[in-house]
Amino acid sequence: MDFLLLQQLINGLMLGGVYVMVAVAFTLIIGMLNFLNFTIPALFMFAAVLMWATMTGNLPFGNEALEALFGNANLWIAGIVVSLVVTALISLVVERFTYRYMKAKYGDATEHALPLVSSLGFLIIFEHTVISAWGSDPLQITSPFGNATFTIGKILFSWPQIISLGLSLGIVALLSYIIKSTRLGRALRSIAERPDTATLMGVEVLRIVPVVYVITGLLCAVSGILFTINYTTIDAYVGDTVATVAIAGMVLGGLGNVWGAIVGGLLVGVLEVLSIYIVGADFVKVPIWGLLLLTLVLRPTGLFGHSRIGKGKF
Amino acid sequence: MSGYLESQLIIFCLSTVYAYGVFLPAASGQLNLGAAGFVTLGAYASSWFNAQVGLNLPVAVSIPLSMAFTGAISFLISFPILRTRGVYMVLATFAFAEVVSGLAINMEFLGGAAGMPVEGYISVAVIVPVTFAVILFCFYLMSTRLGLAFRSIHDDESVATLFGVDVRTAKVAAFTLGGMLMGLGGALYGHQYNFIEAQTFNVLLSIYILLYVLLGGTQTAWGPIVGAAFFTIVPEAFRQLANAMDWKWLADSRFIFFGAFIVLMMVFRPEGVVTRTFIDRCKGVLTGRGRARPAGDAAP
Repeated sequence: MDFLLLQQLINGLMLGGVYVMVAVAFTLIIGMLNFLNFTIPALFMFAAVLMWATMTGNLPFGNEALEALFGNANLWIAGIVVSLVVTALISLVVERFTYRYMKAKYGDATEHALPLVSSLGFLIIFEHTVISAWGSDPLQITSPFGNATFTIGKILFSWPQIISLGLSLGIVALLSYIIKSTRLGRALRSIAERPDTATLMGVEVLRIVPVVYVITGLLCAVSGILFTINYTTIDAYVGDTVATVAIAGMVLGGLGNVWGAIVGGLLVGVLEVLSIYIVGADFVKVPIWGLLLLTLVLRPTGLFGHSRIGKGKF
Repeated sequence: MSGYLESQLIIFCLSTVYAYGVFLPAASGQLNLGAAGFVTLGAYASSWFNAQVGLNLPVAVSIPLSMAFTGAISFLISFPILRTRGVYMVLATFAFAEVVSGLAINMEFLGGAAGMPVEGYISVAVIVPVTFAVILFCFYLMSTRLGLAFRSIHDDESVATLFGVDVRTAKVAAFTLGGMLMGLGGALYGHQYNFIEAQTFNVLLSIYILLYVLLGGTQTAWGPIVGAAFFTIVPEAFRQLANAMDWKWLADSRFIFFGAFIVLMMVFRPEGVVTRTFIDRCKGVLTGRGRARPAGDAAP
């Protein structure tokens, strides 16, 4: 096999690692609450921008304190901490407005397009917060790990990318274990099955759902942070770009299926890099979205999904 | 009319036409998040029909022809897309828009990524009457038997089937007519600004058009026009206020307030600004016959 092609395959898998976590976040919300959560791109972008702001001393306040606490060389650790904490808090606010108030008022929050529209509102809020605070131009960091690479044969690997791929697969495997084998996971699956029955069976739905939001928020944050470290350039719309491809990956794998999202995420990553390599950057949308459209029409359940999600609900 | 007002009026008219294109499927219970794809089709089709290197037709022919073209494409894809429901339908229309934009960028005879200059020009004096005609058409359509069928499918599809409504035909009709209207909007856009590029018709455009409709309300034909007016006027009003008061923070952050408004709107008035009960009440107040119907429309 041509080694350049092999190199592209490796790069695709690395990029896929970023998509995997975003796709898993989407799939968790769709599987549990049956709606397409557009705050996920917003949280991804916000975490990435916070990482940038902390590392370059552009936070609105607290720059000196963080620098004193972590030291100048370790500001990337401060960035990770700030991004994770802020994203988790934001996820709780988002949960209030996309799920809790609707459920309190209208019984079933997952009916109709309400959560979808609210999450689009949040997307607008966060993108414009970033634009009005830091502008819409590309924001750049210098990677804290420099040019840490090694080669096997002729293939070039970069340490941060390897670590992120491992980290994202590890986190998702852990998540999959939690869903399958713990008490929390059983509660999650019962809510996904039927929220009302879950309540009757003693599952505290209003305490579990925020947990789902925080988990998905943290997944987005971790992948946003890894994206910033690996690709060093971000902007206010990076969430849209990444999330649309991640959505394609999620659908390919099957909605509501964590392992499907992993396979789908890696697949679209490889597909994207290969189609840039073979036909050129402008063409990249056609294979990914064409494949998605075909999947939806021919086999809406994707590779591993089950058919019960999305029946008559938005 | 000043240039500023005229440009705002044009944006409002185009938004309204797009919004009615999404409204027709939404009134029959289908969410279309692929508006940008249909707008792209209409814009490129009309400009190619009109261009000298293309078919070299006058604008008065190329615009209806592009509507027919977009309508034909919508009709063809409505069959596979209407097999999907709910979240899947949102995703399928979304994917359709991305495929269209990807193809448009890669077609060299349409200018590719550099965009395409449009030859024929139409002024605001054409756009306003056309928009008015679209609005009248949609009000008329919602008052016919077909419009009633849309409403019944929106409220409960199984019951509509039991009462003998041909659900599939009605849905295909809504989707195709909606596609035609969005194609018309795209054609108007191209001939007004004399330049189109696929990147303008992006995901955000689809999202905004869907928001016009859902915030305006899908129950009556008033919804899209109220939503589009709101989305055009409020950010501009914020900007004027910021200029007048010299509040720089407001000029920068007006969209943040706007997003917050959308979120709050879903909490307090989830069926949109204009609902059937709201219309009935207005009529009651106007004719002096008191409240027409008790409250309770908010819960689905």
